[in-house]
Amino acid sequence: MLTRNRLTGAPRRAVLALLLVASVASAGAAAQEASGATGFGSDWHSWKAGNSVADLASLQRGARDFLNYCNACHSLQYIRYARIGQDLKIPADLLQQFLVPPTRKPTDYIASSMPAEDAVNWFGKEPPDLSLIAQERGADYLYQYLTTFYVDPSRPTGTNNLALDTTAMPDVVSQLEGLKRAVFRTVAVNGASEQVFDHFEPVVPGSLTREQFDGFARDIVNFLDYVAEPAQLHRRALGVWVVLFLLVFTWLAWLLKREYWKDVH
Amino acid sequence: MAAVVKPPEAPAAKRGGLRAWLYKRLPIEEFISTQLTGYYAPKNFNFWYYFGVLSIVVLALQLLTGIYLTMFYKPGAATSFESVQFIMREVDYGWLIRYIHSTGASAFFLVVYLHMFRALLYGSYKPPRELLWVIGMLVYIALMAEAFMGYVLPWGNMSYWAAQVIVNLFGTIPWIGPGLVEWIRGDYGIADATLNRFFALHVVAVPLALLLLVVLHLVALRRAGSNNPDGIEIKEKLGPDGHPLDGIPFHPYYTVKDTVGVGVFFVLFAIVVFFAPTLGGYFLEHANFEPANPLSTPPEITPSWYFTPFYAILRAVPNQRLGALLLLLAVIAYLFLPWLDRSPVKSMRYKGWLSRLFFALFVAAFLGLMYAGLNPPEGAFVTLGRVCAVFYFAYFVLMPVYTRLETAKPAPERVRFHAHT
Amino acid sequence: MAVSGVITDGEIDVDESRRKLLVAATAAVGAVGAAFTAAAFVESWTPSESALALGAPTELDLAQVEPGQMVVTVWRRQPIYVVHRTAEMLAGLAGHDSLLKDPTSEDSDQPPYAANALRSRVPQYLVLIGTCTHLGCLPKPHFAPHDPQIGAYWPGGWLCPCHGSRFDLAGRVFEGSPASVNLRVPPYSFASARKLVIGADPA
Repeated sequence: MLTRNRLTGAPRRAVLALLLVASVASAGAAAQEASGATGFGSDWHSWKAGNSVADLASLQRGARDFLNYCNACHSLQYIRYARIGQDLKIPADLLQQFLVPPTRKPTDYIASSMPAEDAVNWFGKEPPDLSLIAQERGADYLYQYLTTFYVDPSRPTGTNNLALDTTAMPDVVSQLEGLKRAVFRTVAVNGASEQVFDHFEPVVPGSLTREQFDGFARDIVNFLDYVAEPAQLHRRALGVWVVLFLLVFTWLAWLLKREYWKDVH
Repeated sequence: MAAVVKPPEAPAAKRGGLRAWLYKRLPIEEFISTQLTGYYAPKNFNFWYYFGVLSIVVLALQLLTGIYLTMFYKPGAATSFESVQFIMREVDYGWLIRYIHSTGASAFFLVVYLHMFRALLYGSYKPPRELLWVIGMLVYIALMAEAFMGYVLPWGNMSYWAAQVIVNLFGTIPWIGPGLVEWIRGDYGIADATLNRFFALHVVAVPLALLLLVVLHLVALRRAGSNNPDGIEIKEKLGPDGHPLDGIPFHPYYTVKDTVGVGVFFVLFAIVVFFAPTLGGYFLEHANFEPANPLSTPPEITPSWYFTPFYAILRAVPNQRLGALLLLLAVIAYLFLPWLDRSPVKSMRYKGWLSRLFFALFVAAFLGLMYAGLNPPEGAFVTLGRVCAVFYFAYFVLMPVYTRLETAKPAPERVRFHAHT
Repeated sequence: MAVSGVITDGEIDVDESRRKLLVAATAAVGAVGAAFTAAAFVESWTPSESALALGAPTELDLAQVEPGQMVVTVWRRQPIYVVHRTAEMLAGLAGHDSLLKDPTSEDSDQPPYAANALRSRVPQYLVLIGTCTHLGCLPKPHFAPHDPQIGAYWPGGWLCPCHGSRFDLAGRVFEGSPASVNLRVPPYSFASARKLVIGADPA
């Protein structure tokens, strides 16, 4: 049973609206800061994953990074290691050597390594299966989620997240990204003052540069996008031929119709 | 202005042995000569006349893909969601079969709505086609039941909550409501029992009813003959050969024309299936990629786009029972159209400006309700829903009045048609 | 201008051959499209990826198979008979070739490394697909030689309960059985001295 801790529609829209107001207000500051791959400011909610499942190298890196960093807690219960190897053109021996854990077979579905009871004890809930998360929430959301962790001592994990407030997930990518602080501003909305996010400030540097970490997040999102619908790798390619074929058929049918309708006056 | 067409050739002399053998034992020849080459349809059909044949094409697609999905789908609260993923990932071309079926559901409503729009535009519901219209509306109601139960089968979270909300609608019926809801569910809540009975109805019972009604619809069409954009009866002007002067044989003229329409439709259909199968959440909703969860309602719960006009009417009324009643009326109002329309002419081309105004407002209201229903029940959307609901019902309720008040233009003697060559 | 709904043949110029060509072309392209569509639906019946995953090699710990005993395991939904043949059993395989239909397994189905008199990679272990080559029933083991119910000649082997096919301890079929070829041998290999892998040829 998946019970997701998530914002309901109305508050989330309110947050988005507030942030929108804030982003307009801080347009000047944002323009100054608009360097780097993603921007680092209050426009986080408009960041796009910009991933492409046609990028095989990105998918391969994403598979590796997912299995290294995410798979300890998150399962992919509807896909097999072997299918990933096949689709992402990873040779069987490399798949077995680097991606399939010693206790599993390539034909197994991808379970997480953590027992469910432990997860509930540690995080208060079971980490969700991520097979379909990209279809459910969209790639952009996942990208924003992975890139907006910030230090928040009031949380049990010590970190919080802009895309999913009070997330139960610890900032497992902080070694790579480093830690960052979120700076909030007070703005007046309808007479009441509200705290809105303004920008991030680095606290502890990580092992990756910002561009590198951005690529890391994008690769994982790309991989999850693929996992949510493996058929999409072939779907579009097949679709081009089907549509071209149907156009030829329709053109012939139109010639035929025009020929017969000469009779009708 | 003269009409049409070469006389059908008599192929009797050319027949081979097998064909002669077959024709002697099955009334194939009679069928062709009365239903295809010998069935005369008005020659002035326009764009709006493609959607009848397209409805049949989509019905065939749905039956074919539905049969195949049934081979892999496993009904049951514990198995449904997983088996859909099995179809999408592990069955060869399973993803294609399912996307055709899910896109087909939306396409079905699209072509049926355009088909109904055509009937309203040219007065195809008026005598002598009242029964044809009523049967068509029964097809539509059966289609709604079919679509709703099909939507529940993947057992995603939207499936679950759609079933919850729609089944609870029956609870608003006085006296028997609560008992009825429990009877439909077969459990304390929407559960395995509900899913299994919906499966049986979706794959066997309702499709059978649909097929029967569609056949009846076609039989009634053959008896009355097709209406046309001018709304006049071509059977009243016969030529020396006994065929309507403004009619042309259905085959080959409309078979070749419809083939073009089907081709264009398939191109658009394939573009959705192969390049945008979820259509941004309108054809397959995002929240339905999460398994059914009785403890968590999706944040933005709306029905599929084809139900939202009625859903918006339901929400427009701040009274549960009245809302449900209006929803029911909004669906069945169409059944009474043949007797509400008092105009001497059928087609909107010759009706007065009041009819045109109310019809335009009705179409705008339908689209407005659809838009309101796709959005959360807040602020302006509620107001939009209420305003549109008023115009929606005004079209029906005031029809006996405005169709008599206005002056209609006289319909022409013969259909208007310009050859394209 | 005609008065009836009919235009006579002379009235307009109809190119019949163009019509025939267009009808044929449209019908042919439509038929090709229908065939491709049908192919996708036919293809959906082929074993799914999960069925194919079940086709992966099966492992068996040979310590469970005691001398003179048979263990049945499953590979690709088929029963696999694994027999640990004793020296007596192996000795019993010689001398009745004249009673067999295909003593040298020329017409039978086995990997090259099992195409020998003992039909195995190593003498003591026999690995067979346990479905009768007649109509697919499971032959029952009757390992005791000279079983009075079968006959004095009986060297030990299997008797199929459905139609009476008889096989020796190398899976070879006796004359007079309805089955015409020997029991099939699946591909197999030994991952170690104790571990049998069924479904994988030796690397």
